[in-house]
This record gives sequence, C-alpha cells and structure tokens, in this order.
Amino acid sequence: MPSPAENPENVKKTQDTESAEPTVADTSADSADSADSAECRAAGSELVRFDKVTKRFGDVTVLDQLDFRVETGKHVTLIGPSGSGKTTILRLLMTLLTPEEGTIKVDGQYLTHEERDGKLVKPGERHVREVRKKIGMVFQHFNLFPNMRVLRNVMEAPVHVLGLSKDEAEERAKELVELVGLTEHLDKYPSQLSGGQQQRVAIARALAMRPQVLLLDEVTSALDPELVAGVLDVLRDIALSTDITMLVVTHEMSFARDISDAVLMFDKGKIIESGSPEKIFSEPEHDRTKEFLSTVL
Amino acid sequence: MMTEGMFDNYFLPGIWITIQVTLYSAVLAAVVAFTVGTLRTSRLWIVRFLAGTYFEIFRGMSSLVLMFWLVFSLPLLLEWRLVPMFAGVLALGLTYGAYGSEVVRGALAAVPEGQREAGVALSFTRWQRLRRIEIPQALPEMIPPFNNLLIELLKGTALVSVITVADMTYAGNLVRLGSNESAPIYTLLLVLYFALAFTLTRGMRVIERKANANVGRPQQRRGLLAKLSLRESANEGSGALTTGGAAK
Repeated sequence: MPSPAENPENVKKTQDTESAEPTVADTSADSADSADSAECRAAGSELVRFDKVTKRFGDVTVLDQLDFRVETGKHVTLIGPSGSGKTTILRLLMTLLTPEEGTIKVDGQYLTHEERDGKLVKPGERHVREVRKKIGMVFQHFNLFPNMRVLRNVMEAPVHVLGLSKDEAEERAKELVELVGLTEHLDKYPSQLSGGQQQRVAIARALAMRPQVLLLDEVTSALDPELVAGVLDVLRDIALSTDITMLVVTHEMSFARDISDAVLMFDKGKIIESGSPEKIFSEPEHDRTKEFLSTVL
Repeated sequence: MMTEGMFDNYFLPGIWITIQVTLYSAVLAAVVAFTVGTLRTSRLWIVRFLAGTYFEIFRGMSSLVLMFWLVFSLPLLLEWRLVPMFAGVLALGLTYGAYGSEVVRGALAAVPEGQREAGVALSFTRWQRLRRIEIPQALPEMIPPFNNLLIELLKGTALVSVITVADMTYAGNLVRLGSNESAPIYTLLLVLYFALAFTLTRGMRVIERKANANVGRPQQRRGLLAKLSLRESANEGSGALTTGGAAK
C-alpha cells in the first residue's frame, strides 16, 4: 500500500470533523494522504474507503486518484454534472467495474484486491463475493428479474446466496415488501407493476441481503414524475429508521438535503467540495458547485 | 394403391422409428446446444475457443457423411461397431446441437446487461446467474428458432435410411421396390413428414406460451399470432440464424 507513513494529522482531522459536525466523510481530492490499515481501524467506523482510485474508459479518465471514505451509518450523497464520475464510484463498489489503479476497502477488507502472504494480489471470485455481500445496490432501471414474481425476486438471493431457509427468507421478504408498501402485489410479476412499484421491490430486494451499505444509483431518474415521491418516501423512511450506511447518487436535491449527513460535489473525477447538506446547498464555496446547483435546484 | 397390410407392416413401424430418432437426436442436440452455447459466453478465452471450435467444426460437417463415417470408418479404427440407429442419432444430435448452440448463445447475449448486473449485485455466482436469471429469460427467445431446427431435424432423420435404419423413408423405399408405385408412396411420405412437422410446431407453440408466461409475459400477443403461427416461426427463425438445408 502506498502509505506515506503515519498520518496522525489525518486521523485527527477525521475525528474532529466527526465530533464537530455531522459530516461524514473526510474527503480530499488533492490530499495524497492515506493511513495504513491499523490506523484506519483506529479511526473506528470507516466502512468504505477509496485510496487513490483511478478509473479510465479508454482515453477518458473518469476518476482521478480519488481518495474518499464513508463512515458507518452515514448517508453520503454524491452530486455533480453527468460524466463527473459519481455513478462510476457506485459501480466500482459493486464490482461491476474494476479500477485501473488504487484500492477500495469495505469494512476493513480489500474489495479490489486480496491479501495473500502479505501482498496485494488480484482477488479471487470467492473473496470478492464475500466482501460484496456487505454491499447492496438499487439501480436506475430497477433490473428486477422478470422471470420471478415479487416474492421470489426478494427471496432468491437470501436463499441461494446467504443460505437462508425458505421459511426464513420468505418471512424476511414479506416484511420488507410490507415496508415498501406492496404486500398486495407479492404474487405479481414485475411486468405487472408500475415503475415506482418495481423500484420499491428492488429496494426490498437489496435490503433482503442485509447489506451494510446501500448504493442508490439515480433510483428515481427513470420514473414518471408522479411516481418519484413514493419511492423517495420509502427511502427516507429507511434512511431515518435504520442505521444502514447509504451512498446516494441523485438529482433530487431536496431528498439529498433531507437524508444526507454529507454531500460531495464531483467534477471531472474529483471531489471539489464537500460538507453538510446545509453548507453545500446554502453556501457553496466553489464556483462549479454554485453553477451546478443553479442548474438543478 | 397400397394395401392396408403394407401400411401396417412397413409404414407404421417406420413412423415410430422416425419419431424415436427425432426424439433422441433432439435430446442430444439440446444437451449439446445448451452446453456449447453457454460455454461460448464464458469469461475464459480458452473455454470460448474450444466451444467455438466445436461449433465451427460440427456446423460445417455433413450429417450424412458423418453418419457414413461413424458406421463405416469408426469400426475400422476401434474394431467396434455402433448400432446404426445410434450412429444416426449421434450424427444428427452433434450437428444440430452445433446449430442450436448458436441459438442459445444469441438468446443469452440478448438478455439485458442490467440483469447480469443485478445478479452480481446480489452476489450470485456465475452459474447461479445463468441458471436462475439468464437462461429462464432467454428461453422464450430460443423457442421459435429451436422449432425451426427441430423440424429441420425431423426431416434430416430421413438420412438414417441410408445407413439401414428402418425409418419412414426406408419403409417407403421398400414398399416402392415391392409395388412399383412411386407416386403415391412419395406423396404419402411427404404428407407424413408434414403432419409430424405440423404437430411439432403446435407443440412448440404451447411450450413457447408457457415459457413466456414463466417470465411474466402471459398470453402474449396470442390472438393475432395464433393465426400466423406458421409464418411467424419461419420468419423469426431465418432472422435468428441461418441453417437452412445445410445439413443435407
């Protein structure tokens, strides 16, 4: 790990921020610091950690030496113009993409690598699956399984991935479907539901795996306007009533303001500004942030 | 015209043999098609390469010559003879399995990328994704081209008559030699193949409707297509892959 020694300063900063204000993420696009793993456990509750992550598509650098952390239980919203790399972060975490450089850790374990004989090597499929179970994702286009009814969509992974008994999984699934308010649709196929209902099922499906961190990738962007509120209400509920960590990419700024502990403004693969939602939305410092907010608010 | 006895003694058993050869080769072809077709979507290039090699080789081979080879050449190499019917089934199954693998590969490729991503996000293994998500969704797409192949296969079974398997065509030839009535006998054979093919098509329609219902598309477009079912399967088949009479 490219660890420039000790960075007591950094650790201290993290703790300070945490106590001083409800900011979660100590994020620094330009700071080249990174602590070693002992220190990051000392920092306590760090759940997601990107160290110098670079992602390129061909000649285009989408993420550039990105460092950022999310602490356990916090809700972090990523905002920024399209193409700024927000969704790429979620897709890297979900292992739908692999970074060209840098490391990603989830709950203290490497996601992008595997430690073998004290060295970081390319991870095996099994290792990746193990770490990935801590992460759940809701997609812009729901991606429900059309060949399964609602109940089975939610039960399938808990039964076949987590190894839960059918009864246990069914009970869990029914609870979650009730939480998203779709109990009467348990026996329907996704094609028989509206977009908003499908997205709520997708939320239940992701939660059924009991992930530690939930990734929401523009979950209302593909919905008809009148269906957006229902989905956001469900998410607001979940955000406020559980201690699940959330990483949210959205263009719904009022939703972001309601649920976020911190907002990160992305531009060209870097975090250019971060802070509490009050600060970012009310008194943005950076010109790019002001400009961006004026287009979406 | 033929006598009743000729039909009962020669054609009926021949029809039964034709049905058996079709059934066995179809099962073998389906196994080959799913195995090779799935392997051709593998992440490992060597697996893709080997499966692709199988596909290219068997697609490019004449079923008839393969049958001759299995019956007349293989015994010389192995000092061990295949039962002619087994050789026929093997040749047809391996060849049509190669065509079928292209159908499977294409249908799997047509499953939206988002389905794979959702499967990854839920930590399914690759095999679980295939079995629980991708293949069930790809199945309805496969059925019209499979129907085409199945009918091709049925008609291809006539080839086994030349390696002395007593199928419908073989029976027809025997009766013709005995009675010298070519016209009615070949007409009857054509009608019999058509009747069997039509029955298969109807059966595949039922399976297609079922497969669609299983992916939440119940009774899809039934009214119009039920009337056009023959034309529709021909059109979709030719769009999905080109097999034609290449087998013969």
